[in-house]
Amino acid sequence: MSPLFAQQSDEQQHRLLATFEHEDDLLDAVKEVRQQGYKIIDVFTPYAIHGLDGAMGLKPSRLTWVCFIGGMIGALGMLWFEYWIGAVAWAIDVGGKPWNSLPSTVPVAFEAAVLFAGFGSVFALFAVTRLYPGKQADLPSQRVTDDRFVIVLDQEDTQCDTQQVEVMLRPFRLVALEERVVSAGEYQ
Amino acid sequence: MADSTQQAQAPTAVAPTAAELATLRPTLISGNKTPAQVTRDICAPIERGPTGLWWAAFSVALTALAIGTVAVTYQIAYGIGTWGLNRTVGWAFDITNFVFWVGIGHAGTLISAVLFLFRQKWRTSVNRSAEAMTLFAVICAGLFPVIHMGRPWLAFWMAPYPNTRGSLWVNFKSPLLWDVFAISTYLLISAVFWYVGLIPDLATVRDRSKPGWRKKIAGFFSLGWNGSARTWSRYETVYMLLAGIATPLVFSVHTIVSMDFATAVIPGWHTTIFPPYFVAGAIFSGLAMVLTLMIIARKVMQLEDYITVLHIETMCKLMLSMGCIVGLAYGTEFFMATFSGNPYEQFVFFNRAAGPFRWAYWTMVCCNVMIPQLLWIRPFRRNIAFVFFISIVVNIGMWFERFVIIVTSLHRDFLPSSWADYTPTTIELATLLGSFGLFFTCFLIFCRFIPAIAMAEIKGVLNDPPRERKPAKSIEDAPQGDAA
Repeated sequence: MSPLFAQQSDEQQHRLLATFEHEDDLLDAVKEVRQQGYKIIDVFTPYAIHGLDGAMGLKPSRLTWVCFIGGMIGALGMLWFEYWIGAVAWAIDVGGKPWNSLPSTVPVAFEAAVLFAGFGSVFALFAVTRLYPGKQADLPSQRVTDDRFVIVLDQEDTQCDTQQVEVMLRPFRLVALEERVVSAGEYQ
Repeated sequence: MADSTQQAQAPTAVAPTAAELATLRPTLISGNKTPAQVTRDICAPIERGPTGLWWAAFSVALTALAIGTVAVTYQIAYGIGTWGLNRTVGWAFDITNFVFWVGIGHAGTLISAVLFLFRQKWRTSVNRSAEAMTLFAVICAGLFPVIHMGRPWLAFWMAPYPNTRGSLWVNFKSPLLWDVFAISTYLLISAVFWYVGLIPDLATVRDRSKPGWRKKIAGFFSLGWNGSARTWSRYETVYMLLAGIATPLVFSVHTIVSMDFATAVIPGWHTTIFPPYFVAGAIFSGLAMVLTLMIIARKVMQLEDYITVLHIETMCKLMLSMGCIVGLAYGTEFFMATFSGNPYEQFVFFNRAAGPFRWAYWTMVCCNVMIPQLLWIRPFRRNIAFVFFISIVVNIGMWFERFVIIVTSLHRDFLPSSWADYTPTTIELATLLGSFGLFFTCFLIFCRFIPAIAMAEIKGVLNDPPRERKPAKSIEDAPQGDAA
């Protein structure tokens, strides 16, 4: 059973789960919810929805910097390594070319840049989103990886009244609205 | 766009525009699917167990792989002397196969990365299997240089590590070493790109599977994915970054492969046109292989709604354009040689077209330049059987292209007394067969256990062009709790 359904922790929090079955409804609902000043804990979707991060007010990811820095480390590190090998540690005369010839170091330095940038961004992604092999998925519904869209609202928010939320979300073809008590720290 | 104002009003206002749009542009996915249907259809082949056809294909592939394994074991035990190489033709079958397989891989990255950057939404139907193809093709490619070493157990000497021989470092000024780095980076980045794309789909498989080994394995590798929008946002950023770095990578890989030849002083190899010529050829051959695989897969796995005639036709257009670039490169090469004033260059090209290997040259020209021109005709592009035939023809033609470049440039060198012929031995033929066996064994295992189409991406393009909505259930008539 997912830890989501468990109520083992002493500190419990109240959540309101609104389910939709179309991305357009979800997008409109998210905009409305934010406009009304409710706090969205997270939104769960089966696929990436264009414009959802904007609607939720998420900032652009800084992982691009990891990619850039990874690439720089790869490129500069490999350039230095190639120079050190070719001109210092084991200087080989190849066709009379200079030992520290830069052009011949470019291809491998480029490959190293790509390798470090790629692996750097992916591992940073896993670290930031706390994804790791064998992790138990914290699912609001078994169907969010299939065809359901769920907005999780913070019910601790004093103004968050279930009936009001239902009235607010009904025009967006709300499929289900559910109150749920979870242990602290979930759906984050 | 005309529909943007209407769309902004209310969901129902989309209807007339959707009908209009549908007449302008066919939907990417036919059958008016819902996301749930997509999950069902794509998971079906992996859930219903192997069919008779799958077992038949798998046994053929495994047999080919077994024959290849025997051949490779034999040549490792007895040495490279079991090949038809001689002092003049020092590279032939083996390097042809290497370049052929690396080339095959390139279309996978083109579809997954380059077309992603160009926002070509049709790629979603084929990118998963095209990337898998890349991965398996690069594995096949990598085997050949390793076997060619003669002592493959010393392959690790290619890595620059401190050793007790000096330290004797590798020579970073050699394109052959660049190749080692290019191919291994390509393999690793392709694998990561493929796996990252797979995570949401593995989560889908996990959540719909009954408790058992499939749920456990999918659960382990889906890394606890739960479809959180915060995760999706970062995921999309990283996916875009990977596409961004895989694009120059794929061009660099075949550029470096071409430099294996271009930096040599052999007439026929020593030419600046090689990098773009090789890259175009690689994508051309790769698209042919994607088409071959997709046409079989859509039929066998009943995925005709996902890999539609539209997809086949689009890939044909891409293949045709690449084929034209390759044809132009053949012409340019000949032109440059003729006008070079260099008798050795002129001789090599004359020898290609009229020498002892002219049959290979003209096979190449027919298969790569002439026959694909039929794809200018729309009914041919939309005829699945015909496209399948063309894809096989191009595969053959592109294999011969590498054979022609390598063997015809070598077999009659500067010194007529050392001119030689080349015929592959049974061992070499069996090794080629074995590489096909390995490729198809891997591909069939992939089709059997992993969703062959990127579900999470397909669901994102179902509404493209926007279509009429079915009336949704409202909360009043929904069952208790989460609508099941």
